[in-house]
Amino acid sequence: MKVRLAVAVCAVAAFASSTLHAQSTLDAVKSKGYVQCGVNTGLAGFSQPDSRGAWKGIDVDACRAIAAAVFGDATKVRYTPLTAQQRFTALQSGEIDVLARNTTWTVTRDTSLGLNFVGVNYYDGQGFMVPKKLGVTSAKQLNGATICVQPGTTTELNLADYFRANKMSFKPVVIEKLEEVTNAYFSGRCDVFTTDVSGLVSTRGSRAPKPADHVILPEVISKEPLGPVVRHGDDRWYDIVKWTLFAMLEAEELGLTSKNIEQNLTSTNPSIQRFVGATGDIGKMMSLDNRWAYNVVKQVGNYGESFETNLAPLGFERGINNLWTNGGLMYAPPIR
Amino acid sequence: MRWVRENLFGNWASAIATLAILWLAWKLVPPFVQWALIDAVWVSPDSRPCRAEGAGACWALIAEKHRFILFGTYPFEHQWRPGLAILLLIALYVASALRRFWRPALALAWIGGLALIGLLMWGGTAGLAYVENERWGGLALTLLLATFGIAFAFPLSILLALGRRSKLPAVRALSVLWIELVRGVPLISLLFMASVMLPLFLPEGVNIDKLLRALLAMIVFAAAYLAEVVRGGLQAIPHGQGEAADALGLPYWRKTLLVILPQALRISIPPLVNTFIAFFKDTSLVVIIGLFDLLTSIKVALGEPAWSGFGVEAYLFAALVYFAFCFAMSRYSQDLERELERGHARTERGV
Repeated sequence: MKVRLAVAVCAVAAFASSTLHAQSTLDAVKSKGYVQCGVNTGLAGFSQPDSRGAWKGIDVDACRAIAAAVFGDATKVRYTPLTAQQRFTALQSGEIDVLARNTTWTVTRDTSLGLNFVGVNYYDGQGFMVPKKLGVTSAKQLNGATICVQPGTTTELNLADYFRANKMSFKPVVIEKLEEVTNAYFSGRCDVFTTDVSGLVSTRGSRAPKPADHVILPEVISKEPLGPVVRHGDDRWYDIVKWTLFAMLEAEELGLTSKNIEQNLTSTNPSIQRFVGATGDIGKMMSLDNRWAYNVVKQVGNYGESFETNLAPLGFERGINNLWTNGGLMYAPPIR
Repeated sequence: MRWVRENLFGNWASAIATLAILWLAWKLVPPFVQWALIDAVWVSPDSRPCRAEGAGACWALIAEKHRFILFGTYPFEHQWRPGLAILLLIALYVASALRRFWRPALALAWIGGLALIGLLMWGGTAGLAYVENERWGGLALTLLLATFGIAFAFPLSILLALGRRSKLPAVRALSVLWIELVRGVPLISLLFMASVMLPLFLPEGVNIDKLLRALLAMIVFAAAYLAEVVRGGLQAIPHGQGEAADALGLPYWRKTLLVILPQALRISIPPLVNTFIAFFKDTSLVVIIGLFDLLTSIKVALGEPAWSGFGVEAYLFAALVYFAFCFAMSRYSQDLERELERGHARTERGV
């Protein structure tokens, strides 16, 4: 069903993206007064409503940052919770302006679906978690292991590929629901639990009776760069979303935070002056207010702050999601 | 004692069954009570006490999340509005259930009530802030979907059922096509069509709201099923009834409205209510298109790591809410049946 649906969506995608959206997305967004942002229906740390029904997460922060850049007001966002099946159609049909729903950047999606990935706001990848008492230190030692895995996604395929490539065998325990698959792992029905590292971390942090009893193995067997997506054919909007993402990274690199950026309005550092809009006209080049980046950092924070509030409490470490200056992959081109 | 001996220990087989059931109850009920009531954690700002050794049911989850479960992502400070809307809806259900309110004013009450509910939910005037319907959720959304779904699907289904028995070929073909096509696919695929395919076929700039699209799919679906129920009722009416009405010179619509339908609908009450109940529960399928109905809200509430792992408590709560509504519906239909049957029996005796 999913495959057939995907084919149908692809077939219509070309048609949809060529006929729709004569009006520029920025004009449309400005005239309606809010950014319509597609998010996950509930994924802790990325987009998840809290007990009061307010959306929280790094994808949600990406949406808020765009609103801050466009309107100077991070609250001018409306969220459309989307399932994995709906997300691309919602973007193609113009129901949403930007999709920030932990979506993996792949060449197929970037080209054939009529979409543009603007960048990466979280580098994920599939990993393995094992109980510490097994004494396993590398995925290469998992020959013959019983492995808990959820069906249907690429997770299952990556797992099979990895074991075949390393000439090992495994016994899969395939369970659809996250709740049940983690129960199976913690009750000892399987030796290993595999899913994206982000999922392993939050599972360990929240569900393990004693988180320290479980280790995540160093091998990451797939690349899952997650990032916001916009439609093909509107380069202006693409630029805005892309540079909003970069602005959050650049702010962290410059040491600008939501707390100190106000004082830095009068900074003498030329990079900071350009960033906050004191000199130059970067904002105007993007058809935005010259203080667009200042507003993003002031109201949403830099990337590191977003990571600290949303992901760190769940037990996430910066790792490869650190800035390039700190040994990670997060790298923003110069804002000048 | 005599009753016990006759009914529970009447013969060997029933004696064994009684003992087995007693034994099962003795094995199951005390641990459940221990878990659900005695060891339960009722209130707690976080889930730590629930995860302690020997802790029972974590009702603190419901205490913490009940606002989200009932109202979804509706703005927190305005949640009295969907709360009031739910109460209004329930009041309308109750009023419609009582026969002494069965008069034309009831229709007016419904129109007024629904308008008021719309005003409450959307706002935008009368000092209420506007809340887009993407933020509606929880029990409020479930009840609205079910109410509007049935309110539109039921009249439509009567037309479809009449259409299927019509002598006009075009009308009949159209009704048959609708009913058979829709009955031939699962509701999930209709919801998928409405939420994923439909937007792509709409012209530029036209966006039908996600909630409305889902509601349309549900109406189309429910109408097809209800139509077959109504048709069953229509077919059970003896031909003589229609012929007698014809003989009196009643035109088609008066014959249908005054003679055929009242009888047909009465005998279809049990299957109708059955379909209503099924439809009420089917609204939970909107989970697949990302609408935050009661069940989705619970699922999302469980997704927060601090509270994940207490699925049993959360789903028990959901079951309780669904049961309250469905049980009320089925009990009411039994009462209604009995009441209408009484009238029926009396007239027959009179004849």
